[in-house]
This record gives sequence, C-alpha cells and structure tokens, in this order.
Amino acid sequence: MTEQSNTATADDSLPTKVSGTKDPRQAAWAEPIEHIKVREVPEGATNLNVDGRQPASPLQGFGQMWQKTFRVRLSGIDLSPAEVMAIWMGNFQKFQPPENTFYPSMAGIKPGEVLLIQAKVPPLPGLPSFLPVSTGVMVLYADDTTMTVMTPEGHPEAGWNTFSVSEEDGTLVAQCQSLCRPSDPIYEVFNRFLGASSQQDRIWTHVLVSLADHFGVQGQVTMAKVLVDPKVQWKHARNIWQNAAIRTMVYLVGSPFRWVRRMGNRKPES
Amino acid sequence: MEPTKLSMKVRNHPGANNHGSQISIIDIEGDITSTAENILMDAYTQATSAGAKEILLNFTDLEYMNSSGIGLLVTLLIRVNRQKQHLSVFGLSDHYRQIFELTRLDEAISIYSDESEAIAALGS
Repeated sequence: MTEQSNTATADDSLPTKVSGTKDPRQAAWAEPIEHIKVREVPEGATNLNVDGRQPASPLQGFGQMWQKTFRVRLSGIDLSPAEVMAIWMGNFQKFQPPENTFYPSMAGIKPGEVLLIQAKVPPLPGLPSFLPVSTGVMVLYADDTTMTVMTPEGHPEAGWNTFSVSEEDGTLVAQCQSLCRPSDPIYEVFNRFLGASSQQDRIWTHVLVSLADHFGVQGQVTMAKVLVDPKVQWKHARNIWQNAAIRTMVYLVGSPFRWVRRMGNRKPES
Repeated sequence: MEPTKLSMKVRNHPGANNHGSQISIIDIEGDITSTAENILMDAYTQATSAGAKEILLNFTDLEYMNSSGIGLLVTLLIRVNRQKQHLSVFGLSDHYRQIFELTRLDEAISIYSDESEAIAALGS
C-alpha cells in the first residue's frame, strides 16, 4: 500500500451568516429541493421557464463544457472583500447590461432564492438584441464573499455562475466564473457558430466594468477560457423540449389569444 | 481571515474491482474550496500513475466545501471519465449528501456510506 500526502495552507475568507441554529457554513447553501419554486414574482418580471423546473448542473447540459473566468482588479479601494461583495449584490441589476434584467425576490440574494431574468438576445451575430427570453436562476450558495447561481432546465446554459471578491497581493479582485454547457443542441449551435458565447462574455465583462466604475476604478477585465469537456452529451439532446427561448416565443405568440379568452370569460356587469 | 487547511492522502487498495483494475482511495481532510484545485489534481495524478481505474474519494474527514469545491469535483469527474476511469465517493455527511443531490452530482458519481460498502460494491 502506498501513501503520499499533500498539505496546503491558504487564506480563505469564511462565511459568517447565521440562519437559526444551523452551522453558519452550512447555511450558505440552499436547502435541498427537487424542483425550483418561485414564491413571488416581482413587478415587471415574467414567471416563465423557472417554476417547477429542476436545477441543472453542467453534467445535465448538452454542449461542450467551458469554464470561463472574468476578473478585474479593484486597485486603491479601502474596503474589505465582504463589503465590496455586499455592494455588488445590493446593486446586482444595476451592473447588468441594458438587455439583461434581473429580478431578485423581495428576500434579496440569499441561498435558495430565485432571480427571474428577462433577457434579449440577437437572432444572428451583428443584429441587435430583440428576441426575448424569460428565464431565471436559483441562488445555490451565498456567503460574505461568494455567490453562486444555478440554472434551471431550459436555460441557455446548464451549470453555475460564481461571483466572488477576494484579496490578492493587497488588492481586491472581483471575479465572475462560469462552469456551464449549452443546455441543448440549439443553444450549442448558437454558442459555437452564431455568437451567443461572445454575447455572454460581453455580459460578464460589462458587469465587472460597471462594478469597477462604481468604485471609480478604471477596470481592465481579463478573461480565461478552459474547454473542460470538448464532447457533447447526446443523451441530453432532448433538453430541447424545455428550451426557454422557444417557450418564451410560443408564450408571446399566444398572448393575444389568452387575452381574448380572458375577455370572453369575463362576466358582464349588471 | 482564518487559514484553510487541506490534506489529501492517496492509498492503493490491495484488492481490485470487478474488472481486475486497481482501486485508489483519496482521503480528504479539511476544506475543499477554490484553493484546493492543485492538491486535488495532484492527488488524482498520483492515483492515476499507480494505475487505478477506480477512484474513491473519502469525505469522512471533510470539514467544509463551498460551491467552488463542487465545481472542482465536476472538473475532476470529467478528467476521470476521459481517462475511462470511474469516480465514487464515500463518507459524506447528511448535509453534503444533500448538496450532491441538489447539485445533481449524485446522478454521475456513485455515493456509498463508508469504505467497506464502496469496496464491496466495486467488487473487491
């Protein structure tokens, strides 16, 4: 029998939020669920393609798995990582690009909460973003310096996005890291050939530049991409039936008919 | 800030799985966060260089794992699959077993309660 050992010691901030009597580090995780439940729909949001869906990890997606890491150094800021993270989460929507609207629940960004999303995507590269997609994400994990969201089935990507702030060599660094696959064959085609991947890259770059701007820092965003798994998973090709973009279009096309039906069902006033 | 400590030891089980392949056990002690990547991958490399086709992660002495740690397990799983190896875990607390279910890692990684159950299931 062979035995070898590796030991490392590193600084790592610890979550301090306490929920009831639960271990504070365990309380950073969402409670176990099988299907996502949208408890409330903020004004302006559409509860579509999220409620009742299972969360999807990168293992349940179809396309190639990528890990993308976007970072910006926030030089000269006299705040702790937790303070910057609190400001980031408190202004989560403000830092998004205009075509991406997040609707946090009234409870805010906490483990288990759902953020509904109204996004607009371009139909083809170079065209303006006008195709609507209603979707959302669930907060999988949130502590003082890290927040991870997990996508529902049908979301353009299956997997996780992690937002974090840390201190490196005396400078704060804000980071967005995604570990995802396109959820189905349609999203994979858009990702590989029609510019969806670049659009997603622009979103996270915009978020970090906006965050840096908020602190008056001229942020230079760096991006690192790693192709974790080049293979597609044909066993998950049927995810196409839950494609949020298609379902949003079907929902919008059916809106006039639903309106007429509601009018017809109204009782006449006496 | 408090220091995070993590150690991993690689053991080669004297038996073999149903296909006569080597089983390696990686004993994890401490916290698995984003800082664990090099240690985890080094331990996996040691297990692989010993010829193991079955990789068992022992979480009995895991103290804490955050979402970055779960991400590391996904990237490890992909490496294992590409090498035509098999990844299993044992010793998860109730909390982390629930996290495996919530993140749906349990659909791709076999979970056993302890080492003897894992070894028995793998056929040694």
